[in-house]
Amino acid sequence: MHRLHVSIAAAVVLFVLPFAPVPDFWITQLNYIGLFSLVVLGLVLLTGVGGLTSFGQAAFAGVGAYATGYVSVAMGLSPWLGLVVGLAITLVLALLIGLLTLRMSGHYLPLATICWCLALYYLVGNLDALGKYDGLLGLPPITLGDFSFQSERRIYLLIWGAALLAAVGITRLLDSRPGRIMRALNTNRGGGTTMPEAMGASTFRYKLVMFVVAALLASVSGWLYAHMQRSVNPSPFGIKFGIEYLFMAVLGGIATVGGAFTGAALVKLAEDQLKVWLPMIFGGSGNYEIIVFGIVLVLVLRFAPDGLWPLVSRAVSRWLPARGVRQVDERVPSLGARAHPARGAPLLDVRKIRKQFGGLVAVNDISFSIRAGDIVGLIGPNGAGKSTTFNLVSGVLPLTRGEVELLGQRVDGRGSREIARAGLSRTFQHVKLVPDMTVLENVALGCYLRTKSGTVAAMLGLDRAEERQARAEAMRQLRRIGLGEQAHELAGNLALGPQRLVEIARALASDPSLLLLDEPAAGLRHKEKEALAEVLKQLKGEGLSLLLVEHDMDFVMKLTDRIVVMEFGRYLMDGTPAEVQASPAVRAAYLGADE
Amino acid sequence: MDLTIAAILGLDGLTNGAIYALVALALVLVFSVTRVIFIPQGEFVAFGALTLAALQLAKVPGTVWLLLLLAVAAAVLDLVQGLRERWPVARLAKRLLATLGFPLAAAGATYALAPHHPPLLVQVALTLAVVTAMGPLLYRLAYRALSSASVLTLLIVSVGVHFALTGIGLVFFGAEGYRTPAFWDARFDVGPLSLTGQTLIIFGASIALLIGMFVFFERTLAGKALRATSVNRTGARLMGISGDAAGSLSFTLAAFIGALSGLLISPSTTIYYDTGFLIGLKGFVAAVFGGLASFPMALGGAIGIGLIESFGSFWASAFKEVIVFTVILPILLWRSFVDPHHEEH
Repeated sequence: MHRLHVSIAAAVVLFVLPFAPVPDFWITQLNYIGLFSLVVLGLVLLTGVGGLTSFGQAAFAGVGAYATGYVSVAMGLSPWLGLVVGLAITLVLALLIGLLTLRMSGHYLPLATICWCLALYYLVGNLDALGKYDGLLGLPPITLGDFSFQSERRIYLLIWGAALLAAVGITRLLDSRPGRIMRALNTNRGGGTTMPEAMGASTFRYKLVMFVVAALLASVSGWLYAHMQRSVNPSPFGIKFGIEYLFMAVLGGIATVGGAFTGAALVKLAEDQLKVWLPMIFGGSGNYEIIVFGIVLVLVLRFAPDGLWPLVSRAVSRWLPARGVRQVDERVPSLGARAHPARGAPLLDVRKIRKQFGGLVAVNDISFSIRAGDIVGLIGPNGAGKSTTFNLVSGVLPLTRGEVELLGQRVDGRGSREIARAGLSRTFQHVKLVPDMTVLENVALGCYLRTKSGTVAAMLGLDRAEERQARAEAMRQLRRIGLGEQAHELAGNLALGPQRLVEIARALASDPSLLLLDEPAAGLRHKEKEALAEVLKQLKGEGLSLLLVEHDMDFVMKLTDRIVVMEFGRYLMDGTPAEVQASPAVRAAYLGADE
Repeated sequence: MDLTIAAILGLDGLTNGAIYALVALALVLVFSVTRVIFIPQGEFVAFGALTLAALQLAKVPGTVWLLLLLAVAAAVLDLVQGLRERWPVARLAKRLLATLGFPLAAAGATYALAPHHPPLLVQVALTLAVVTAMGPLLYRLAYRALSSASVLTLLIVSVGVHFALTGIGLVFFGAEGYRTPAFWDARFDVGPLSLTGQTLIIFGASIALLIGMFVFFERTLAGKALRATSVNRTGARLMGISGDAAGSLSFTLAAFIGALSGLLISPSTTIYYDTGFLIGLKGFVAAVFGGLASFPMALGGAIGIGLIESFGSFWASAFKEVIVFTVILPILLWRSFVDPHHEEH
């Protein structure tokens, strides 16, 4: 028996419930829980996975509800048309807000969404066409042919159908080509934009996609809500609910699909109880439950930042069949490879590149070139500007001036994304792996540019063939560097040495013509260094072109064909390892000279 | 619209803008020192106004109980920490005194004096003392342990604190609104405008506070320590500036500024337990104008928001809030051109 069977059994039970003699009260509760879960699933994607957040999800639900209200009541058209209109308006608004905020620091999006939620609340509350604060009444039920989803028990089917579809869609998305990029973006978990950009992905686009998907899910929830209530008014779409949705996500488990359902259920059930008990304690009436929610929110973030679902899931796991490791099928056809230059052909030509930070010239008119099949080392004392040079070549930093030509193509002034596309791949001095993805998934992320599946294909499961290829390719690269055994471990559990190797495997997975290694031996123990040297020697034997920045002289001398030496941002010399070792200038740069 | 109306609206906008400027100032201060996006700043404003209103009615304001609640909770945390880390009794006693001393004194004085209807200036002093004392306690209770968390986590904590404080405000002050009498009911006619004493007080107090802040940040060691922390936390800590102390101080200042804003605004606006949220958010829109980092830009933004609000309410009063909160979109558009990319640290 598999986990999947358990999930299917749970889903079947869920859909049998409305036909069983379950009291109406519980059907109503479950309807609300389903509606909330739908919104919270979007927040799981946006906040838990992507590290962005929105307090405006209630407002997107409001757009869905009011759109269908207007279409079906004022215009007398089908609720299904209302759904389409609602989704269309939501799409436009989410794109607008996203385009304005997502290029900037992460805290502008939540601030913008708070404002947007308030603005929408006051707008619909004052528009005559939308019934001001009274709202719209007498919405028709949703019908499908002759079947009307009028009763609570019937709309239950729609609500939970939508919620489960969304859950399946999000789960699939997270385990896909776009999903791996999204999971790499979370700045709260050590992620960011540099690595995914260097793997060729437009991080802005994926942030926008996450925000739009979350908004659309909220909009669907609003549509269902409107036709369940058969009326629409502004209050369920105000900022209080916007905050409560986030509370549900945090309480349940911000990064997990199960957490969305747990949070929605807990908050709904607790809110009902609190609304009874608190007014008895405090007297009068009012939203006293927000006191409890507020305090619990602070406590959860302090003591259980991953929410309650992981705790529940761990406890339940003991009684469930073990989670099977998804095997990698290596017999699938391999991903397309690029045409690599012949050995000795010009590969990289760097001409007088320069980087100034204010008055400081970090890289001062550096020039060097690499031919295909070369292993070139870039060395120099601390602060010589090696890593900056690297970042200029790979497009991570914009250069002040100078030219970089990769495979006959000018790439200076381009971003790291385009340079990756041109055939360069790199590792990072500070390892940038996604700690809560497996080693295999981390390496598969490197296949980004060699695969095509987009967000919709992933959610619909149309990317499976390509996924198998990407996983097989990742496995091949892991075997190539000797880490095939650790493929299914979480990357965060590895020691630094293997992590650096995983970074190399990820870079290799993009099938680069030139591989840049930024201090691959930094911080490694002796044994780990030896293992790394073995891997690099092997890659050299396979004809791969390498440029590496390194501190460890011994390491560089043994490995490279040619060495470029920098000092204080300037070019000092280049030559074979023996020439460099013999050079008095280099010795002076490293050890100081008598003058 | 003729010039007279424009002048009246302009003055009105400037007056409101001055209040938003104070709020924005506190927000920029707290954000730059602690990285906390302090959504509950508006609650300090509302609490300031409501405390004064209660004192005017010779009642013990609910904020006294809230302050005691916060102080006791913080003292319990201190006690737990002290016992767990086996502090010597003297150190523990000193810490408890630091936590409880000022809050107990402020709450006690207010409780004792409130029924006797003290003179206005004493009421103002009591209000400032009670609300200001909440600042460091809130920092201690909600934020201190999370001082290394991400901006996003801290923002969500802020929203939680906002929820809790609003709900508690409802418990202590009820759902009805209050308005306090003007501090100074003089009137001066300047051309078509009629300046009220209250307006002058708002301008005077805002300017005095701005100058005070300037002197504080430029001339005092504590102010320089805050600036150092806001530039580089780790660096400041290596220089012996405690990040916790800086955070605590910035929250104290924020609470003081909030209480003062509340006092200034309460004669012209009816304040409810939840009014602070909107005032705080308008301060935020202003602060975003300065990228949450620049005091002068935040000031400019605040004046702008005040003017947009007053002219907006003249042309389309029902949509006043819609206009004010939609203004954030063009501001963000503009910021996205001004701000260079900075995401990873």
